[in-house]
Amino acid sequence: MKFLLDDEQAEFGRTLDRMLTAADTPAAVRAWGDGDTGRGRALWARIAEAGVFALAVPEAQDGMGLLPVELAVSFVELGRHAVPGPLVESVAAGVLLGGLAERGDTAAADAWLPRIASGQAMVSLALAEGGPYALDADAADVTFVVTGADAPGTAELRTTAGHGPVQPSLDPARRLARPLPGTGATLAISPAVEAAATAAADWAAFATAAQTLGVGLALVERTVAYAKQRTQFSTTIGAFQAVKHRLADALIGLEFARPLVHGAAVALSGKSADAGAEIAAAKVAAGEAAYAAARTALQLHGAIGYTAEYDLSLWIRKARALRSAWGTPSACRARVLAGPVAPSPGVSPATGPAQVP
Amino acid sequence: MDLDFTTEDDAFRAEARDWLAAHVPARPLPSLETSEGFAAHRAWERTLSTGRWSAVSWPVEQGGRGASILHWLIFEEEYYAAGAPGRVSQNGINLLAPTLFEHGSPEQRARILPAMASGEVIWAQAWSEPESGSDLASLRSTAVRVAGGWLLNGQKAWSSRAAFADRAFGLFRSDPGADRPHRGLTYLMFPLDAKGVTVRPVGRLDGKPAFAELFLDDVFVPDEDVIGEPGRGWQVAMSTAGNERGLTLRSPGRFTAAAEKLTALWRDEADPADTALRDRVADAVIRSRAYRLFTYANASRIAAGASIGAESSLNKVFWSELDISLHETALDLLGPRGELSDEAGEAPADGSWADGYTFSLAGPIYAGTNEIQRDIIAERLLGLPKGRRS
Repeated sequence: MKFLLDDEQAEFGRTLDRMLTAADTPAAVRAWGDGDTGRGRALWARIAEAGVFALAVPEAQDGMGLLPVELAVSFVELGRHAVPGPLVESVAAGVLLGGLAERGDTAAADAWLPRIASGQAMVSLALAEGGPYALDADAADVTFVVTGADAPGTAELRTTAGHGPVQPSLDPARRLARPLPGTGATLAISPAVEAAATAAADWAAFATAAQTLGVGLALVERTVAYAKQRTQFSTTIGAFQAVKHRLADALIGLEFARPLVHGAAVALSGKSADAGAEIAAAKVAAGEAAYAAARTALQLHGAIGYTAEYDLSLWIRKARALRSAWGTPSACRARVLAGPVAPSPGVSPATGPAQVP
Repeated sequence: MDLDFTTEDDAFRAEARDWLAAHVPARPLPSLETSEGFAAHRAWERTLSTGRWSAVSWPVEQGGRGASILHWLIFEEEYYAAGAPGRVSQNGINLLAPTLFEHGSPEQRARILPAMASGEVIWAQAWSEPESGSDLASLRSTAVRVAGGWLLNGQKAWSSRAAFADRAFGLFRSDPGADRPHRGLTYLMFPLDAKGVTVRPVGRLDGKPAFAELFLDDVFVPDEDVIGEPGRGWQVAMSTAGNERGLTLRSPGRFTAAAEKLTALWRDEADPADTALRDRVADAVIRSRAYRLFTYANASRIAAGASIGAESSLNKVFWSELDISLHETALDLLGPRGELSDEAGEAPADGSWADGYTFSLAGPIYAGTNEIQRDIIAERLLGLPKGRRS
């Protein structure tokens, strides 16, 4: 048992952090929200070069296999830097196509996965679990949809030929549109589609949880920096106990969401049958913690935090949007209680007080 | 990164589980905050030590098993899953013993630890004073040098277990002229039945004498009962405080077991349409899981050679609030029956939810209030400037 990032994993996170810090991500986020995807695409290429999109693509299709711990590390950094684009959706699409390949249907995987892994293809994805909209369908090279999963074995994986009008999100950097029905090419119809889509939705929720954790960490980091330099009543506001305690609570929420995100990664590594409940737990904890961090960040920044031109807004808005993306808090809580959640290793949930004759 | 246990870990777990299955009392013991319950829990400590399970992380020479921190966590998981009694020796085993291992003499360890492990001597904590709680550096009880030892005078408050315990440990001001309030303190141990000691039990919220006030009037303590160097009691005590807030006081096994019990209660009792209550149950499960994994991460860091410092304050705030919300949710689930005290014959689960609720309310207050913990988190982990607290 070693529930700790190894040196290589930790260094991977630091490398991404350095790269994204140098890339002036906020400028890319703002441009993305305005529909100018050039800077975002350039950033995407660098993230791909660092290997992020290969982390959920099988080796047979030029990926690195499924590496959920590394994926969690990278999505925390993507969230910390508020990177725009269908990051979660591209990874989940990789899992979906990889899942089909694993079940013998390699055509779509061979066509798309090498491009996803290399960052050439920016992919959006619409699944029932994720709601009616596809994220950034207007910017993506392709949007996959799974339809017709109402009866067993009839699920169909298609590409869409287009999308409806962009529906602005509370987070301007998230551009939502409904995929056009009945268009595009059919890639697969088989019982495997349904299973692969379910796995893809799990990975989407997992990556979103990690991204959300990163958003929360950035909110606390930025607010701590602000509280150290902002002066009121002739003193640094960070010296006030009321300020300290709000930030301490925000940190506690995040530091206890982190092990759940890592725990979900371990569950996915082991292909645990109960990974879904662990992902749901991580999603709830990260979502609540990041949202609490956003409220704290706004309160402690005061009016400046309430302006769109100040970069803090990029994270504040994302924290709210991600809370419901790929699994609402309510749905996740229901899932946590639906199955035997995370019994202690070797401890049967049925274990009760021992009886002595 | 993994959560895999070795076959050796599994064997240790199985041994603990089997032993507990054979020895845990079928019926819960009476509350350890009563005279009768205290005696029953003392007997249970004896039983535990007979199986060498009372202090698994101690060296074998002192009655332990030399268990690693991971094995200690495994044992605790099994302990709470088995529904075993609360630990009346907790103050000694979790707070005094680590201090003795770090600062005590070999003679002190040999004299004190085996009797602690067997439950023969139960220890009370005597740190707080009427004017000195979280601000421990302000304490005023004195220790004055005399031939062969020290004379203690003053008053201690809120001494856990002191109503029934045998001995106590605490800090005393031995150099009133020291230039800083936390200098000139000495860490001493004394018998609660010594000449000059008056014990006044104080009822906690539910009236049970869970702690006591101690009045000390020229109580003689021999040199052999000073821990560490005289005058350096603050440094000695701080290593104990870290233990109290950190890993040892509230093991995740306790919350994992409580969350499982709560989930079972929800399945049995709750209206499935009450999603607000369902969400609270889910949160208790999620947070107990988070606490367990957080602890595993810390255990892994410790095993890799790191030490846990201010991070223990994150722990303390989290578990104390989790403990309350677990019990509040259970009482709400029970509806009108949730009001029954643990002394009520019809109290659900033999009163364990009601008793646990009362106990949980103290969590944010003791072991350094949560306000102090949040200051530590803000200053040492987030790097915010110090406030007026010196």
